[in-house]
Order: sequence, then structure tokens, then C-alpha cells
Amino acid sequence: MTALPAAISLRRGITVNARHNPLAATGAVLVAIFVIFALFAPWIAPQDPAAINLAARLDPPSHVHSFGTDELGRDILSRVIYGARISMLVGSCVVLTSLTLGLVIGSIAGYYGGRIDRFINVVLMNAFLSFPGILLAIAFVAFRGPGISNLVLALSLGGWVGYARLVRGQVLAAREREFVEAARALGASDLRIIGRHILPNIIQPVIVQAAIGMAGAILAEATMSFLGLGVPPPTASWGTMLNDGRAHLFDAPHLVLFPALAVMLAVLSFNFIGDALRDYLDPRSRIEAGL
Amino acid sequence: MLYTLPVIWLVVSLVFLLIHLVPGDPIQQMLGEGAPPADIAATRHAYGLDAPLGEQYMRYWRGVLRGDLGRSIRYAQPVTQLLVQRYPYTLRLTLASLFVAIILSIPAGVRSARRRNRWDDRLLSVVSLFGLSFPNFALGPILILLFAIKLGWLPVSGSGSFANLVLPAITMGSALAAILTRMVRTSMLEELSQDYIRTARAKGLPERTVVYRHALHNAMIPVLTVLGLQFGALLAGAIVTETIFAWPGIGRLTIQAISSRDYYLVQGCILAIGLTYVAVNFLTDVLCSVANPRIRQ
Repeated sequence: MTALPAAISLRRGITVNARHNPLAATGAVLVAIFVIFALFAPWIAPQDPAAINLAARLDPPSHVHSFGTDELGRDILSRVIYGARISMLVGSCVVLTSLTLGLVIGSIAGYYGGRIDRFINVVLMNAFLSFPGILLAIAFVAFRGPGISNLVLALSLGGWVGYARLVRGQVLAAREREFVEAARALGASDLRIIGRHILPNIIQPVIVQAAIGMAGAILAEATMSFLGLGVPPPTASWGTMLNDGRAHLFDAPHLVLFPALAVMLAVLSFNFIGDALRDYLDPRSRIEAGL
Repeated sequence: MLYTLPVIWLVVSLVFLLIHLVPGDPIQQMLGEGAPPADIAATRHAYGLDAPLGEQYMRYWRGVLRGDLGRSIRYAQPVTQLLVQRYPYTLRLTLASLFVAIILSIPAGVRSARRRNRWDDRLLSVVSLFGLSFPNFALGPILILLFAIKLGWLPVSGSGSFANLVLPAITMGSALAAILTRMVRTSMLEELSQDYIRTARAKGLPERTVVYRHALHNAMIPVLTVLGLQFGALLAGAIVTETIFAWPGIGRLTIQAISSRDYYLVQGCILAIGLTYVAVNFLTDVLCSVANPRIRQ
């Protein structure tokens, strides 16, 4: 209904907020860099990330290898750039899957209420909240086996509940508003009311949660890869690189340092954006910031 | 609090189902590709996997209630015995990291709230955001590099003394400290704007008493709830931290069991962590209701 003006106002708000909030601007720039790394890795990476060169193993950073080389002589800079692919791919797939599940299940619970809501809210959500998300993911991959699709599924298993809770609460409040009643009086179907009228009006806090969720998903992917439950070798992943680098902590600390920085910056950038969006959408923070 | 029993039922049921997620035959995978069919059939029978699903479920429940979670193939010992040996280590590490998180976050969060929007509040906000974003599997090796290898102050790994506990506890507690700092700040800001604080100040109470005796007491209730919820993340974090520091707890045991496809041991570890999480959430609810009479009512 008011989706377009809301989107324009959100965009303008982000631009103004970025000027007031340099951390948000830093976050946006970093995200852009990681997305560019992920999309154009074959053109940006100076070398083949899987090319083994035993003569150059454990080389420290130099003008040939800016971030040094690993125990097989592979170029760490190239592997960090390629690692962005896995992080961004898994992170966005997890957020998309969790968000879609959360939107559908949360909307059904909030819109229909009654027994359906009680079943979803009390039984289904509590079942998934009874395990910490990462433990659920570890358990799932331990029994199903590693791989990108299992990893995305495993991380989404615990991820959807947060979105569903948020959407349920928002839909519960929105369904009583006049414009929903007006749409219902005009004979609109439930699907149309939810999809065209309610969702555009409740989407802003969901976007904030998605930005913070992206940070969590990247961290979780790296954790799983670190534990050997992520993407199988030789695919470059920051978590796997960190795990491999631990054995050479004494003689080649750069093996740990660069992938650690990459994970931290990627997570930090989405947290910066999430925080800024949350501040922007919170009227009290906006007044304080003079927006 | 009423939901604790159904949640325990759900946790046990989900853990029971895990073994049935394995693609193919879990017994064949546990014994390896070359295992003779007779051995596979005998092991399947011994673990009860040749029985109908309903019977397996009832048998699993009976086992859980009697403390019998099957036998570990890798260690050739009952799973429960292994869990009993390792659990105290995980508990010690978790409590130590909780201590680290609390002693860092409460003064930081209170200061941040009292100095709202000043330089120290902004600095603490940025530091806590960094703490939140820095993965513990990266922090651990960096702490080892600095304090164990370069400075030689603390041991690299092991579990023999108090010194062994310091680096793993900091590694595990830092992310929680960051989350709690933000939570204490928000909660304190809310409390410091309440009327009873204005009254306490108007009575001429010292600022220290107003902040620590009045505001912090009430601000701790939402913090306690978050602490309970985050305890699960802390336990899951133990899997990573124990792996880095070779700490002989349940977390490390889980990863060793996963890598050797010791499925019954993995199930036991996940169940132990899951039930601890449920117990902590129950305790948090009880503590919150003790701290806040409104919840009790």
C-alpha cells in the first residue's frame, strides 16, 4: 500500500543517517567491498587460490604474496578474497531461507491467531528454541554430513525462529488496524491482505533483524568451517583457513591473522549497518541525532 | 517455567531422531566401509536399531531415565561415563567465562549509561561491537600468540592448573561480555529515567547509592534473562574454545566424536548440552521471579 514512499523514505533516511553515523558508512563500504570480492573473485584475486607451490610454503607477507602463503604455498590474499564468496553465499542463503520461513510461519501465526498461533508459538518455536542455534547446526551437520546445502539448512533450522517471533508480533498488531479492516471489507483474500497490505507495513524491523542476522550467519558459517563442519577442502573458507593456520601459530602467525581479520570485518560491517538501521527506526534515537 | 517439562521431552525426542538423519546406514558408517555384514548386523541389534521406530524411541527414553545412553565405539566405554568424566571441565570453563563476562560488562555498561553519548560511552559501544564481531576461534589463537608464545605468561593449552583456565575463559567470555555490556547500558538507561531514581536523588542519596543500590538492582532483571538465553551460546562456544585449548570437556569430546563418527557419543554430548541449557533457563526464570515480585504475581 505505502511500500514505495516507505522505501524512498528509508533510503533517504539511510543516506542522512550515514552522514551522522560514520560507523554505518564504514559498514556499508566494507559490505560493498566484500560483495565485490565475492562476485568478482576470479578477476580480483592475484593468484589461483588452490595453486600449490611447496617451494614458497609459509612465506611471510611480501611484495609477491601480500598476505603471505599457507602450508601448501597457496596465496593467502587470493584465498581470503575467494573466502568472501563462501561467507556471502552461505550468509545470504541462510538469511533468505530463515527470513522466508519466518515471514510465512510468523504471518500465519499472527494473522490467524487462536489454535494455529498457540501451536506455532508454544510448540514449534519452543522446540527450536530449546537448543542453541549453533548446537542445532552442529548436530545436524554431524549426522547429515558437511557441504554447502547441509550447512545452509543447518543454520536456517535455528535461524527462522527469531524472524517468526518478530513477524508474529508485528502482524498481530497490524491486523487490527483500519487499513486491514478496509481491505477485508473490500473482499481482499487473506493472502492479498498479508502480502500487499500488512507485510509492507511491518518490513522495516524485519530488515534490521536481517542485517544483524547476516552478521550472525557469517560468524556461524566461519565457526562451522573452523570445526570442520562447513565447506569441504580445497574450497577457500575463512573458518577452514583459521583452523589450518592454528598448527603454524608459532612459525607463521599470518596464517591466522588475515582470515581472522576478514571474518571480524565482515561481521562488524553488518553489525554496524544493523545498529544504524535500528537507531534510525527508533524515534528516540532519531530525535537525539537531530534527524 | 511451566514449559520446562515439555521442552525436556522435545530435547530428548529431537536428540533421539538425530541418528535417523544419517544418510544411509549409521552402523555401517560407524564401523567403516570394510566392516563384515555379520558385525554390522550384530552391532545394529546391540544398539536396537533393528527394532521398529516406536520401540527404539521407548527404549531410548528408558535409557535416558536410567542414565544409559549407549556405548561409545571409539572409547569402548559407556557414553554416560564419558560425559560424567568430562562434564565438570566444561562446567568449570563455562562458569569462569561467565565470571569474566560479568566483571567486564557490569562496570562497562553502567559507565556507558551514566556517561550517555559522551566519548567513553561511544568508545565502549565501539569496543563492545568489536567484541561481538570478533570470533572466539580467532581470538583464542591470537591470545595464545600474545600471552603464551610472545610473553610466556600463560600456558598454551591443558587443564592442570588455574593458569590453564585464564585464556579459555577470556576467549569464551568476551563475546558474552560485549552482549551484556550493551544490555546493561540499555537497561540502566531505562531505569535511570524512572521517577523513583529522581526521588532517590531528591532525597539527597549519594549518586553511587542511587546507581548501584537502586537502578542496577532493577536493571539486572532483563540482563539476567538475556544471560540465561546467552548461556546456550556460551555452551555451544565451549565446543570451539575447548578445541582450541585442548580443554578436556564435553565440547572437545563432541568434535572428537563427530570426526570418528561415534554417533551415540555425539547424541550424548548434544543431549548433555541441551539439557544444561534447559536447566539454566529454568533457573533464570526462578531467579527473575525471586528478583521481581511482579513476575511472581
